[in-house]
Amino acid sequence: MSTDDILTLIAGIFLLLGAFLSLAAGVGLVRFHDVPSRLHAATKPQILGLLFVLTAIALEAQSWSTLLAVAPVLVFQMLTAPISAHMVARAGYRTGNLRKDELLVDDLGEAIDRVTRTEDDAVGDMVDPDDPAAASSARPPS
Amino acid sequence: MTQDARVRQRLWQQLPLLVGLVVLWMLLWGSLSLLNLVTGILVALLVTRVFFLPPVELSGRFNIFWLALFLAKFFGDLVFASFQVAYQALRPSGISQSSLIAVQLVTRSDFVLTLTSIALSLVPGSLVVEVDRERSILYLHALNTRNLDDVDAVRAQALRVEYLIVRVLGSKEDVKAVTS
Repeated sequence: MSTDDILTLIAGIFLLLGAFLSLAAGVGLVRFHDVPSRLHAATKPQILGLLFVLTAIALEAQSWSTLLAVAPVLVFQMLTAPISAHMVARAGYRTGNLRKDELLVDDLGEAIDRVTRTEDDAVGDMVDPDDPAAASSARPPS
Repeated sequence: MTQDARVRQRLWQQLPLLVGLVVLWMLLWGSLSLLNLVTGILVALLVTRVFFLPPVELSGRFNIFWLALFLAKFFGDLVFASFQVAYQALRPSGISQSSLIAVQLVTRSDFVLTLTSIALSLVPGSLVVEVDRERSILYLHALNTRNLDDVDAVRAQALRVEYLIVRVLGSKEDVKAVTS
């Protein structure tokens, strides 16, 4: 077996790994229940999957120009995927596309409640009788 | 005199961005030539004028040793967590509870905050849903948190990523804050 054969073999393994991760991402997209969970499946394993596929391409082509063409693809994917995921998750939370019953901890909901409650207090002096500390508790959660 | 100094300082702040844009231009053309270099510089200047953004405040520190550590941890996490999420997607029982977790970061720097959010978002299992920039709080969505220990683990992980990024390029004050 020459080194070329070995490189081809490694490239093949990387392609299969990349395909597997993309498949898992697709399955997760169908099986998970709400927007944020689906985003995990849709945006994450696919980053490593892309990395595997691009590595396979670079190994197989073995030229600098291919490597230089492949590098920006990965960099842009890594820069843009978190931002699109963040925007969609944010919109998903605000439009209520979220299974609150499946959340163990919801710090964001508490923070939003606290802010809206203090705003209400400031506007209409409507202090919640059950929670006298509401107005003074607008501190960052620790 | 002071005007001159300010212009020079602005140029230094913009320089990494300009060099990055020129390199990207040449990568997209796929060849190194004088013509590419000149047109690249022209396009970079045009782009930074037309799409004006406030300059990124760099701290002036950069540590290669901590960068290597950060990259090692980052790619380790990326591989481990990718297969973990893939397994959770494929296993018959699916995922259990997830959580929205507030993480109070130490830094006040926008740049470190952004880099930390991107690094956390790229690693599967955590997703930045909301950023409170004024208080440096990240709200992370984490998959499969079965109990409060898992929640604490996610928080510790996020702070660890911030620690490494501050160690690579944070300001001296931030380094002091994260190490104490």
